[in-house]
Amino acid sequence: MTHWEAVIGIETHVELQTRSKMFCGCAVDFGDDPNTAVCPVCLALPGALPVPNEAAIEGILSIGDALNCTLTEDSLFYRKNYFYPDLPKNYQISQYTFPLCVDGSLEIDDDEGSATIGITRVHMEEDTGKSTHVGESGRIHGAEHTLLDFNRAGVPLVEIVSEPDIRTPEQARAYGAELQRVVRALGVSDARLEEGSMRFDVNTSIRPAGADDLGTRTEIKNVNSLRSMQRAIAYEIDRQIAVVEAGGTVKQETRHWDESASVTKPGRAKEESEDYRYFQDPDLLPLHVDADWRRRVARRRPELPAARRARFRGLGADRRTAELLADAEDLAALFEAAVTAGADARTVGIWLTGEVVAYLRREELELASTGLDAAALAQLSAMTAQGELSATAAKEVLGAALAGEGAPREIAVSRDLLQVSDEGAIEAEVAAVLEQHPDARDKIRAGDMKPIGFLVGQVMRATGGKADPKVVQELIRRRAPE
Amino acid sequence: MTDLADLTIAEAGAGLRAGEFTAVDLLEAVQRRAAVTEAHLHAFLTLDRDGARLAAEAADVAIADRDPRPLLGIPVALKDNMVTKGIETTAASQILAGWIPPYDGTAVRRLKRAGAVIVGKTNLDEFAMGSSTENSAYGTTRNPWNTDTVPGGSSGGSAAAVAVGSALGGFGSDTGGSIRQPAALTGTVGVRPTYGLVSRYGLIAFASSLDQIGTFARSVRDAATLLEAVAGWDPLDATSYHGDVPPLARSIDAGVAGLRVGVVTELTGEGIDPQILAATKAMVDRLSDAGAAVVEISIPAIEYALSAYYLIAPAECSANLARFDGVRYGLRVDGATTEEMMGKTRAEGFGPEVTRRILLGTYALSAGYYDAFYGQAQRVRTLLRNEFATAYAKVDVLVSPTSPTTAFEVGAKTEDPLTMYLSDICTIPTNLAGDAAISVPIGLDDGGLPIGFQIMVPALCEETMFRAAAEVERLAGFAARPPLATSEVVAP
Repeated sequence: MTHWEAVIGIETHVELQTRSKMFCGCAVDFGDDPNTAVCPVCLALPGALPVPNEAAIEGILSIGDALNCTLTEDSLFYRKNYFYPDLPKNYQISQYTFPLCVDGSLEIDDDEGSATIGITRVHMEEDTGKSTHVGESGRIHGAEHTLLDFNRAGVPLVEIVSEPDIRTPEQARAYGAELQRVVRALGVSDARLEEGSMRFDVNTSIRPAGADDLGTRTEIKNVNSLRSMQRAIAYEIDRQIAVVEAGGTVKQETRHWDESASVTKPGRAKEESEDYRYFQDPDLLPLHVDADWRRRVARRRPELPAARRARFRGLGADRRTAELLADAEDLAALFEAAVTAGADARTVGIWLTGEVVAYLRREELELASTGLDAAALAQLSAMTAQGELSATAAKEVLGAALAGEGAPREIAVSRDLLQVSDEGAIEAEVAAVLEQHPDARDKIRAGDMKPIGFLVGQVMRATGGKADPKVVQELIRRRAPE
Repeated sequence: MTDLADLTIAEAGAGLRAGEFTAVDLLEAVQRRAAVTEAHLHAFLTLDRDGARLAAEAADVAIADRDPRPLLGIPVALKDNMVTKGIETTAASQILAGWIPPYDGTAVRRLKRAGAVIVGKTNLDEFAMGSSTENSAYGTTRNPWNTDTVPGGSSGGSAAAVAVGSALGGFGSDTGGSIRQPAALTGTVGVRPTYGLVSRYGLIAFASSLDQIGTFARSVRDAATLLEAVAGWDPLDATSYHGDVPPLARSIDAGVAGLRVGVVTELTGEGIDPQILAATKAMVDRLSDAGAAVVEISIPAIEYALSAYYLIAPAECSANLARFDGVRYGLRVDGATTEEMMGKTRAEGFGPEVTRRILLGTYALSAGYYDAFYGQAQRVRTLLRNEFATAYAKVDVLVSPTSPTTAFEVGAKTEDPLTMYLSDICTIPTNLAGDAAISVPIGLDDGGLPIGFQIMVPALCEETMFRAAAEVERLAGFAARPPLATSEVVAP
């Protein structure tokens, strides 16, 4: 039986949240009433001309820089010609040869390990308007009429094209998630899949494992969450294998992910293959990005998610904790401040990504509106390390601190949670327990250490859980043989 | 006494500032001229009587306040592919019938700022595609020198209006000769400036890499004055020239002594009317006598210019005109589906020449044909630019006839597009090179029709162009006026 391998490449569209559109001064604002953020340029009135928005170009360059791309010195704008009612010029200004950024890569991690995914290109284009088809089907065919809103027309779009380096649905998801983190870290877009400010088109094909040739690919559109993307690819791989193993051939086509049925379905077949008649846009000069500009972009590069995760792990956080922290700006900031204030990174990392996140979710609160700060975490961490608080008690104190009940020490005192680690105070209890359980004591004397746990439990019960179990154990070991 | 409508802009400006007459008097004079000639010419698609009146009155207030702006109160005509806020703008196409723009193009805005009085919008070949103004969806414009003939095109309306005196100056666009050829055929001065010198924002695009707004006037100096008002960088046009505007008219009286003049071999032989060749030769001799150093220069790539042009211009127009789809403005012909509506609108809205060029351009850009057609044309364009650069290393200006013929009869070439395309054989090379050129009238042929003389210069060398043109104007002493401008029998 053939062992199949999937070959996956992903085209990602990201809407840039610049103040103004790609080629005119209209505001990028999706909340506005229809057709209010429009002008002669983005409505394609006769005589209007495009002028590139420098902030949008910067945004694209920063993405290319973060993805280790080469930034093209003289990149070119092209016209991609096709007729569609929500495309005002009936051509889209895009890039073809000489895009802004080429030849990059992105490191991804999933449970199977890490991989490097090649980035073919990062280029600029403009968004279309929005069609609302009114009538039975909700699609353009069979609609009674169509309403057009051009507020989105001309909003800067970035297309990030990966090499077909992805092999599994899990890797695809990890790639999508990492790209989303990078874009957010750069501050160029909120990259929300559900709102369409980040969209994936996934090319999938299969081939016998180890083969060099590529199989026929399908393109899946319409995936609006990372989870859907992973499921859609998994489904598509299985479907293609089933087709081929049944003696059929995979058809090159566009397919849509149907979330409710959990299947990919073929899109409407085009009567003929589209010829976009790309040619260089004569309204726009080649865009010159000189060495100065490239340096400026590199200088402004923020700490990227991968670097931040590595740093957090270096501080002592485990892999999963580092990932969770790096993804949440406010938690990451508090984590760093607490560690700087002397807290143990591993302990604080686990608290933040466990107790704290659960609390915020339960109470529907933002971190900033709780009473928790770096000093409190440092104090709590210190008290735990010194054995003043048990792990359970520490969590209780943390919950109270989140609720704004005060500093950890005050909380621990007022709730009577401080552990007794003073040997003198515990010694009497240990002696009493040993007295009450002579057979356990005899076993220990005979070299059988099993009853120690039982005896520790008895002492803990007797002290109401306030004795430091480590100290108790130590005393039992010492006193039992006497 | 001279009718005010026959004054040059320089003369009219002097008269206005001297208080000899008012801007309103001047406007009424050109409006009277239009009233008696329009029935014969059809130079205008729209006359903005009220707007012009208000502008003239405002000019009179400013003139009384000693405002020195040279175009203040001067009546000008605009080709109807220049977008004018509140005034119907159609590019002579059915597809834009009734479109009232919500904005002014940059050149229009600058003219208003200069105090010019916009008298109306002039006829053209639909979307500036043609050489006779016969391709207008709203009827043919006639030549005031002989109304059986065409005024040239595509800016034939502005040319005819300036020639006859319905405006003192005019604006057009020149993609392959659409200013210079009609200027030659109507005995006016026509300037196609360097690509990028005048903003294209608000010029309805035909072929973006070739289109350029320019001027019509009855003197070389006037043509420069009009150009000064609209030239200069515009942040709304990414292809506009981002430096200071070079001085245009500074050396206009300097003469041609020492000027190196190249006569273009390829444009002074076969295919040019013998009378025009003779007139051109005579003018070259006079330039030589006036001190110019004349040489003959060959630019072999000119042989391929027309072919390259008829691939590049249609290719660009096929995308530029895609926006006319019935969705947002202009004509809409209903259909059962959106696609059908768009198709029907375009089929009905575009005339045959526009349709032909859209199809040509679509084909030239198609997968599998791109390289053989569009790609090859771009290589020819590069070759031509290089040959021009080599030529300009040896001479300051190149000269040739502007048009291979004088005005031809209405209908004479409409059945044969290729013959019509040949009308621009002398002008197209300048557009492909992105350079500047001017046409100056130098005489009349046997039939009493004007002959134009073309002077070409490298990009941004308008100063030299106007200097040479002014000398040609002096040497030619062309003072004839079209019969329609002076005839009494045409009064209604």
